[in-house]
Amino acid sequence: MTRYVIRRILWALVLFVVVTFVSYVIFFLIPADPVKLFAGRQATPEDMARAAAFYGLDQPFYVQYWKFLSRLVTHGVIGEKALGFSFVNRQWIASGVQSRAPVTASLVLGGAVMWMILAVPIGIVSALRPRSLIDRGATVFVLIGISAHPVFLALIFLYIFGYKLHMFPIGSYADFFNPPPGQAGGPLQWAWHMFLPWCTFAILFAALYVRMIRASVIETMNEDYVRTARAKGAPEWVVMRSHILRNALLPIVTMLGMDIALGLGGAVFTESVYSLPGLGQWAVQSLETFDLPVTMGVVVFATTAVLVVNVIVDVLYAVIDPRIKLA
Amino acid sequence: MADDLLVVEGLKKHFPVTRGIIFQRQVAAVKAVDGVSFTVKRGETLGVVGESGCGKSTMARCIMRLIEPTAGSVVFDGREITGLSRHELRPIRREMMMVFQDPYASLNPRKRVGAIVGEALEVHKIGTATETKRRVQELLEIVGLNPEHYNRFPHEFSGGQRQRIGVARALAINPKLIVCDEPVSALDVSVQAQILNLLKDLQKEFGLTYVFIAHDLNVVRHISDRVLVMYLGHAVEVATRDALYHHPRHPYTGALLSAVPVPNPELARARQQILLEGDVPSPLNPPSGCWFHPRCPRHHPGVCDVREPQLVAAAGDHRVACHFPLERWPMNAAEMAAPAASASTGAGTATGAP
Amino acid sequence: MALLDVRDLHTTFRTDDGLVKAVDGVSFTVEPGQTLGIVGESGSGKSVTCLTIMGLNDRRSAITSGQALFKGADLLAMPKNQLRALRGNEISMIFQDPMTSLNPVHTIGRQLVEAVHLHQDVSRSSARSQSLDVLKAVGIPNAERRIDDYPHQFSGGMRQRVMIAMALINHPDLLIADEPTTALDVTTQAQILKLMDTLQKEYGSAIVMITHDLGVVAEIADDVVVMYGAQVVERATAEELFARPSMPYTWGLLGSLPRIDHDVERLAQIPGTPPSLLNPPPGCRFHPRCTYAMSICQSEQPPLASATGSETHLSRCHLDPATRLTEIKKLESGHFAEVT
Repeated sequence: MTRYVIRRILWALVLFVVVTFVSYVIFFLIPADPVKLFAGRQATPEDMARAAAFYGLDQPFYVQYWKFLSRLVTHGVIGEKALGFSFVNRQWIASGVQSRAPVTASLVLGGAVMWMILAVPIGIVSALRPRSLIDRGATVFVLIGISAHPVFLALIFLYIFGYKLHMFPIGSYADFFNPPPGQAGGPLQWAWHMFLPWCTFAILFAALYVRMIRASVIETMNEDYVRTARAKGAPEWVVMRSHILRNALLPIVTMLGMDIALGLGGAVFTESVYSLPGLGQWAVQSLETFDLPVTMGVVVFATTAVLVVNVIVDVLYAVIDPRIKLA
Repeated sequence: MADDLLVVEGLKKHFPVTRGIIFQRQVAAVKAVDGVSFTVKRGETLGVVGESGCGKSTMARCIMRLIEPTAGSVVFDGREITGLSRHELRPIRREMMMVFQDPYASLNPRKRVGAIVGEALEVHKIGTATETKRRVQELLEIVGLNPEHYNRFPHEFSGGQRQRIGVARALAINPKLIVCDEPVSALDVSVQAQILNLLKDLQKEFGLTYVFIAHDLNVVRHISDRVLVMYLGHAVEVATRDALYHHPRHPYTGALLSAVPVPNPELARARQQILLEGDVPSPLNPPSGCWFHPRCPRHHPGVCDVREPQLVAAAGDHRVACHFPLERWPMNAAEMAAPAASASTGAGTATGAP
Repeated sequence: MALLDVRDLHTTFRTDDGLVKAVDGVSFTVEPGQTLGIVGESGSGKSVTCLTIMGLNDRRSAITSGQALFKGADLLAMPKNQLRALRGNEISMIFQDPMTSLNPVHTIGRQLVEAVHLHQDVSRSSARSQSLDVLKAVGIPNAERRIDDYPHQFSGGMRQRVMIAMALINHPDLLIADEPTTALDVTTQAQILKLMDTLQKEYGSAIVMITHDLGVVAEIADDVVVMYGAQVVERATAEELFARPSMPYTWGLLGSLPRIDHDVERLAQIPGTPPSLLNPPPGCRFHPRCTYAMSICQSEQPPLASATGSETHLSRCHLDPATRLTEIKKLESGHFAEVT
């Protein structure tokens, strides 16, 4: 097991370097000149040269990349200065991540809870009663969930429930713990503000998971060991709990880990429409303003999240399924 | 000898087991086949019998070079084929074909039957399209199927019919050798009889040579001229069919024979079965000395757990790899366990049966 | 009184293609402590018969009629929870593939304890010690350590022993075994059959053994039922069946077996394929494949009747007893293939 984890961590480091490097390359392939932007419209060539030197943009990209990496390592990955600071608003990126990550996390984790609450019962019931009305209804729900774009859904929800019915606030975020003075805060406000975003974010995943859970439960139901359990005289609820669900939901648990990790990278559409100051929204802004350090900061955070969760999920799978032996 | 179609010498197939963080190094090997030697004469059927894990399927694939052997030599029709490149091997592949166990898995469900049977002809560029079609229909008829079903898909046929398609496929380019890997194990008894009769008829008609792998001793007895018994990757006994079934000399063969259920209640009740203890050991960690010794009713400590027996002649053409081969048959477990009359010599040769 | 008395059992499945008659009027009895062998090829209905008796068919698609009297009480008519109380307790069933019949994510100890707790109101330690006892009884070495192992850590033969242990832990009166050794090697099969024989004597259970292997039937069965096309076509004691098989299908079955004890030049071949249960042939189900078929066979189904004069030996065939006896004599006893 330890050998496996060590090997995975080494690979994760390699992947981290590859991903961040590729991000750098892509940034520099964009046909626009950030220096001009920062220097301002009336910039003279000397101004531009000074600006370039100031931002470190006068050096070739691989040198910049090397600087980025070494800064990451020397300041400790989560240190205050590790990610450099933003071109646009001259703020340490680490603190930006610190204030925005909880927003994204609220959205993603809350959304995950919501989609599981939706998907698990619907998936199970559809599997138990295939081709019934419930199953067909679930299929329609799945189709809508997969096809409807989060932006589209978000706007509809906001219009109906926010604007017309005044049931929910129209966007913005309420901090759970320490609301800035003058703004709404606390758990209730937080949940109230997050409810529509959660629904929007969750629908797509709920649809996907209903399909997966249904397929997994149907497959498990037909396994021989379920028949053995019934032959032992087990009542249906025991068969369902200990034999069918225990096995059918195994692969779902690991998928959940992965999807949450991906979500942490930035649920861009949902954050944009609901004006939630999270990482996704920040990343989009940074691309529009050519704020490279911010882009890289979000990339680092997201990549790390995905790689770490990946390893955890693989190990978790080996823990909950005794048949798996890690190579 | 000129009439030996297949000569296998010291065939080995080891699957490596690797460990390591960055650089994988081999720490152990699964010795699926560990030194098997035998010959098959032209026109005869060699039955290969053994239980799960004995390596018979792996060995079959090594002979056909579907898997690369780790060591050993395979001489087919006078030519050594283990070292040949893919290009050199191609013409030889026309002469040896295989029939597989699972009639449901060995036919491509997306291809029509005619295409499946004619594939070999196409690959080796034999004949025009019309000639191929005619040949395929001829083959379908030979195996007892309706040639008009040329355009049907495999799922439209029953298990037995699918196996016939597999046989037709194997016959398509007139091979010299057909390796049958448990071709009737997945079939019902009445269908099994049809396929076995078909195989025997075809052998007579086309002068085919078979290597027939099975775990069912009844089936092997019915179809084989000579029999090879395998255990844990080794050949433990080779003999003509009658010699093996009338007087097996290896205790494992004896146990196998006594374990086969016979459809005769009086006989079943009267005989004393030799029941082996435990399970087949893992090929990752085979026992020292004789591979069968932990389960052998005849095990002599100090000899059997120390020296590996060699496959040597016990009586004429009857070869056995045992330090204390059975002197007579039938024997029950108690008689087997009694100290052997003859002690073994250095190479483990046994005396001939009196 | 017979332990199990199955009377005119019918099971039909609703499928997309129509109604499939998987069991069509099957009757047999099992005496306490005896072994009944049910022999047939795939599609003969032998497995479905026993699944019906146990109530393990898919409730939505299976239509059942008839009676299955277990100690006098009809299993098919009793309320579901009463049947569940009997399952795994007084009637147990084991299945063919030990690889897939055990839940891979629970230890075998847990699965055994579950079997105990479903029917006995005892403490966990008592359940565990019963599990250990039964594991030892089925010959699992190192039972104390292996009870906490997972199914994939056992070999096929060991897994089947665990299944048998799980079936016997509550000391059932009847054990139904659906092809328990088909997926095992021949030496392992011999071990398992011997084990079942020993345990039967020890626990006094009756056994219903479903198999396609006539050799296995000869080894352990006291009585035999031969099934074809969802019906019983012959019923006899084991001795009677092998000495005087009375209908063409049985002759064909016996003749198509390659034998280890004597030479058979050419195996008897039953031409054709097993009948469709969706549209069974009219009259006798076997007539399209029968070399002895007469015109009456195409229109009228023969009843199950005695041909040899023995009360216990019934067969379903239109051929008159005299002809059948001559046929039996023609084919030497034990050899039913055409010997050229």
